[in-house]
Amino acid sequence: MELDFGPAVRDFRDELRNWLAEHLVGEFAAHRGVGGPTDGAAWDVRLAWDRELSAGNWLGISWPREYGGRGLGLLEEIVFEYEYARANAPYRATGNALDLLGPMLLAMGSEEQKKRFLPPILAVEELWGQGFSEPGAGSDLASVRTRAERDDGGTSRSSGAESGGDWVVNGQKVWTSFGIHADWLYVLVRTDPDSQRHKGLSMLLVPADQPGVDIRPIRNLAGQDEFAEIFLSDARTGADMVVGEVGQGWRTAMGTLGIERGTTLLPQQLTFEREADALIELARERGALHDPMLRRRIVDAWISVRIMRTTNMRTVAELVAGRTPGAQSTTAKLYASMRHQQLGHLAMELAGPAGQIIGEDYELDTRQRSFLLSLAETIYGGSSEIQRNIIGEHLLGLPKDPRP
Amino acid sequence: MDLTFGEEQDELRKVVRSFLARHSTEADVRRLAADPKGYDRVVWRRMATELGLQGIAIPEAYGGSGFGYAELGIVFEETGRALLCAPYFAIVALAAEALLRCADEAARLAYLPGIASGDTMATLALTEADGRWDEQGIRLNASKTAGSWRLTGAKTYVPDGHLSDLLLVAARTPSGVSLFAVESDAPGVTRTALPTLDQTRKQAQIDFSDTPARLLGTEGAAWPAIERTLATASVLLAAEQVGGAAAALDASVAYAKIREQYGRAIGSFQGIKHKCADMLVEIESARSAAYGGLWALDAGDEAEIAIAAALAQAFCSEAFTKVAGENIQVHGGIGFTWEHPAHLYLKRAKSSEVLLGTPSYHRELLATRLGI
Repeated sequence: MELDFGPAVRDFRDELRNWLAEHLVGEFAAHRGVGGPTDGAAWDVRLAWDRELSAGNWLGISWPREYGGRGLGLLEEIVFEYEYARANAPYRATGNALDLLGPMLLAMGSEEQKKRFLPPILAVEELWGQGFSEPGAGSDLASVRTRAERDDGGTSRSSGAESGGDWVVNGQKVWTSFGIHADWLYVLVRTDPDSQRHKGLSMLLVPADQPGVDIRPIRNLAGQDEFAEIFLSDARTGADMVVGEVGQGWRTAMGTLGIERGTTLLPQQLTFEREADALIELARERGALHDPMLRRRIVDAWISVRIMRTTNMRTVAELVAGRTPGAQSTTAKLYASMRHQQLGHLAMELAGPAGQIIGEDYELDTRQRSFLLSLAETIYGGSSEIQRNIIGEHLLGLPKDPRP
Repeated sequence: MDLTFGEEQDELRKVVRSFLARHSTEADVRRLAADPKGYDRVVWRRMATELGLQGIAIPEAYGGSGFGYAELGIVFEETGRALLCAPYFAIVALAAEALLRCADEAARLAYLPGIASGDTMATLALTEADGRWDEQGIRLNASKTAGSWRLTGAKTYVPDGHLSDLLLVAARTPSGVSLFAVESDAPGVTRTALPTLDQTRKQAQIDFSDTPARLLGTEGAAWPAIERTLATASVLLAAEQVGGAAAALDASVAYAKIREQYGRAIGSFQGIKHKCADMLVEIESARSAAYGGLWALDAGDEAEIAIAAALAQAFCSEAFTKVAGENIQVHGGIGFTWEHPAHLYLKRAKSSEVLLGTPSYHRELLATRLGI
């Protein structure tokens, strides 16, 4: 099942396939399939791989040329994701900035912000962390309490503006993926102290390398320092570092999360297919294919990944045809995250006691890591419960939960 | 189709939906469910003459309009949504498909135009007393005497067999499974309607006693064509199931918005809201399974068709049953009354689940076809 996009895109695809075949070698090839939105494994190699991609001009395919992009369209972006996943290339270490911050700046950033920040993202010179969640605001981002106030007296080194004064930021952020590597943070803050819920929030770009920013790693269940918690104590950033309008941060944040939900599933689905194939292979080796109970679950796992693929293909086909993606583009996340967990449980059961043995220093194999991290998939990017609320309220038009 | 639809296909869906909204109302469904014949002749005729639905995917050479399976799938989604009581599945998904696959041009020219015009009622008579859908299940005996074929034995669970003028019968000859055409008024044919749990889709037992039959294609070589017919029918049934499930969810959502308990609409409680959300996840996943099958049929990739068809039936059968069951739960007490239409969907779901073989059977088919 492959979509055909016509001759022009076929040239692009062939160029990409050749490039990947030539460059995805050596140490990079050894890290095929490694990584994911919550997988901090092999960070240095993956960062080097991102720089390799950047040198090959494969980052920011649909971004304008003036900011270092390739100036191509959505179609090429989709083909890239598809071929990239097909080649089983490592998950991009800088995916956060490429998939979320970049498109947000392109859509809502000022011209100065685009010129200042987009080229270093594509060159993999500056790494970004997302500061949305807080200890008291996980899925409920409208409860953000980190506040930013203007200090008319000072000027931040981050600011190019002569006047207007700094933003001074105080509060705490948490669950920032790959936060310990961040040079910059994009944070959702409350700029109107008297405001409630989603009103009075703003999106601020804050340099991470300053005394007011303390980033501490949080170990995830796979034993990696993948998340970080971030303490902001009188951290400073320039007056011109607001993305979009002051007080309109909610709109900016929601736009970003919309982008996230649309793009992350396509490469993921091919990874899941590989895992399903490996699972069948393992079952064959173990002679488990003839166990009727296991056989049923194995076939169901295969059905699940095939359905994920077709669902994503439907969304891609609609985007390519210029149609608004249907309900499946929203339900896909919930389905994939639940079914992937089932696949992980089954793989661990098939692996048996051997699957319980790991390497020195808590080194995990792909199956073990994927299983453990699959437990995060029903939480990050909006938990399954939040997804069900979104589906119920936005797609089915059911009344909102009562607010206490 | 390329997994998305174009404007003309959207238009087709709209036309079919609005036609069925007028001619397959809940009152119509209840009336026809209680009617032993089970369909409305006038509506059937208008489906053929005004919309051309019976011949939509039959090639123009045989009197149809030659559209693809994507279009046919849209029609089935809509007939499923409306719970249409008519022999549409038996004729279009089974009989017409069997004729298209049977390698007998004379038979195609003889029978398909009548099917496309809505004049001929036809069905595929495959299952016997044990209800099997595989090659070994076909035991009915065909023998050749004095240059002509004769059938003796019984077929049962035949969809709409009670009203079919043309019976396409799978029977066993010394060289294997063959397909025969039998006119229902031929000597030795007895058609007995079976009382069914799901009254919206009728079934019949058909007995043959030394009945003259016309061999279609080559003797003993019919199984691959029948198997392929069943694959197509599996995908079309899956589309019908998706439509039925979507209608059940619509009913749940509409009710959850207006029904109040503890001073608020029940749809504002997460217990109900999340149930409805899970129903939609199930439906969109089923839709992917069915559309993947339609796409494979239009692309004509045989290996892919075999896989997509088994997957579609394995998944969509259970999805429809699950959603139809949840619809009853969302409706609470009223949901399990005879007066409420929820049970009509549940029963259609349950009968569809075994119509072409159970979900377990299709899982096993899938596993075999994948080499698992």
